[in-house]
Amino acid sequence: MAKELWEGNAALAEAAIRAGVEAFFGYPITPQTEVLEHFSKRMPELGRVFLQAESEVAAINMVYGAACAGARVMTSSSSPGVSLMQEGFSYIACSEVPAVVTNIMRGGPGLGNVQPAQGDYFQAVKSAGHGDFHMIVLAPANVQELIDLTVLAFDLAEKYRTLAMIVADGSIGQMMEPAEMPPMRPVRPPEERPDWALTGAKGRDPNIITSLYLGAENLERVNLRLQAKLKKIAANEVRWKEYSTEDADLLLVAYGTVGRICQTVVREARRAGMKVGLLRPITLWPFPSKRIAELAEQVRGILTVEMNAGQMVEDVRLAVEGRCTVRFYGRMGGVIPLPDEILPELEKLDAECR
Amino acid sequence: MATVEIPEDMELVYKYPESLTERHTHYCPGCTHGIIHRLIAEVIDELGVRERTIGIAPVGCSVLAYYYFNMDFAEAAHGRAPAMATGIKRVSPGKVVFTYQGDGDLAAIGTAEIIHAANRGELITTIFVNNAIYGMTGGQMAPTTLPGQVTTSSPMGRDVETAGWPIRMAELIATLPGAAYVTRQAVFDVPGIRRTKKAIKLAFQTQLAGLGFSMVEVLSTCNTNWHMGPVEALEWAKQHMVDYYPLGDTKVIDEVKALAKGRK
Ligand SMILES: Cc1ncc(C[n+]2csc(CCOP(=O)(O)OP(=O)(O)O)c2C)c(N)n1
Ligand code: SF4
Ligand SMILES: [Mg+2]
Repeated sequence: MAKELWEGNAALAEAAIRAGVEAFFGYPITPQTEVLEHFSKRMPELGRVFLQAESEVAAINMVYGAACAGARVMTSSSSPGVSLMQEGFSYIACSEVPAVVTNIMRGGPGLGNVQPAQGDYFQAVKSAGHGDFHMIVLAPANVQELIDLTVLAFDLAEKYRTLAMIVADGSIGQMMEPAEMPPMRPVRPPEERPDWALTGAKGRDPNIITSLYLGAENLERVNLRLQAKLKKIAANEVRWKEYSTEDADLLLVAYGTVGRICQTVVREARRAGMKVGLLRPITLWPFPSKRIAELAEQVRGILTVEMNAGQMVEDVRLAVEGRCTVRFYGRMGGVIPLPDEILPELEKLDAECR
Repeated sequence: MATVEIPEDMELVYKYPESLTERHTHYCPGCTHGIIHRLIAEVIDELGVRERTIGIAPVGCSVLAYYYFNMDFAEAAHGRAPAMATGIKRVSPGKVVFTYQGDGDLAAIGTAEIIHAANRGELITTIFVNNAIYGMTGGQMAPTTLPGQVTTSSPMGRDVETAGWPIRMAELIATLPGAAYVTRQAVFDVPGIRRTKKAIKLAFQTQLAGLGFSMVEVLSTCNTNWHMGPVEALEWAKQHMVDYYPLGDTKVIDEVKALAKGRK
């Protein structure tokens, strides 16, 4: 299929449609409302389900219901709305039904603003809801990746019967870029829903989907099963991209919008004679810790750049385990760090670990 | 369960519903949750829809309802059953979907979800068990607790000046255009139990006919947390609950009236 000009949010919705999403439940919030708007037009056209819920709490529980019924389903939101969905995330994780969610992050805390930000890294990666669980967290840096990762999110969610979240920010959601859509996959017919799904106990024992396990040993068994699954995901699904790392002695680590900006920083730093490389995590969970640890043996120092006060840098430090110097640069509140602020930080790091 | 051969000259007139499992419930002796379960099961049997019914259990004393109903079941987060039911029904339009909810679940934490599900006219049925208390957590004040009623969190009796008034959900939901059939019944005596069953049946038939949202509010007892014997609790409920929560239909659209007539 040829490249077309796509706005990020509409591209996300269309990619989900191409991936065979059967139902979308959501609530408007900037900067991702275009996702919901795209679905509101396309889903009825295609005879699929679109519903604007009364809140994000309701939306995620509708997703939970549709997922229990075995349908391919998603919702989309931005930071304050995602906070409201966390109850549902936890229930979905424990019940082991597949679902795709997004967080097109905006400035926080509180109502914050609608500028692009990455302040919800901890929430997405470490604290998706109460109890012990992780979501698979995918972080695109451009519209094409947003499309590709949306399709992947459905496949991973179903493969592992888990939650997959796409995290981006308003600048990816609202920018327009040439991108290629995947071909339309057929929607799975209701007769082919998974055998664990709630489809009516016809000619079989009833299926029960619950997150309630009374008795400590009972619930521990469930947790052990969940942890084993997460381990498998961590072993098989880590994704990242590297730029100019072969000979690098300084490394940038950044994801999403600022990960893309850091590609420019690498070029400019190289022009100035510094041997800089970039590792851009694509899965924020599972995190590319092993690869970062390897690179930490090769480079003198690592600069982590984020659009927050320093969140992913904690995972970088955990991966590096003191093998090299790790520094952080970030902007908050929706301010995007630019190459000419990041370069001096690299120079500082270069001088510090000479 | 023991099986008995029915002699040729006899007719089976009453049996254990297929829609119930044989598991003993965990409900307190005297609790009316069990009666309401049985009525729902009988109705689902009579309508012949067990194999395409999906139930949603609430958070409350009936959180384990999925052990007792012999059909596909989901367990919702507290108050969210109507949202979950919406998700299920929208992607499975041919199925029969019902929620079973307590008064804390439906009229406090889940108020938004029930109102909007009803307002959208979701083709689901809600069985709303109003026992005027939070049973599961040990007897705290519910949104439906009567004025002056003593609970563990209203030890001097519900003071409406500070705690507000009990909510009449059947009346409230009846105002919504999406609601096709809303009624309030009680299981305090045999005639009441029979009327409740009729109402539950009509509610499911409303769903099957695609007429809109249906809800049966069932006035119920919680003898344990009311600190009464089962019989005393039934008497107390008859004397006090029915005054505040009048029995009868609060909404019956014409198509449902026709349904009710047609089945006689
Ligand atoms: C989010 C959340 N808040 C609080 C609770 C604790 N909780 C469990 S059951 C319940 C009240 C249930 O009362 P009701 O719905 O009236 O059902 P009943 O037990 O009386 O049948 C509460 C507050 C919970 N499980 N989840
Ligand atoms: S606490 Fe009350 S509502 Fe719960 S099972 Fe006992 S009597 Fe029934
Ligand atoms: Mg109650």
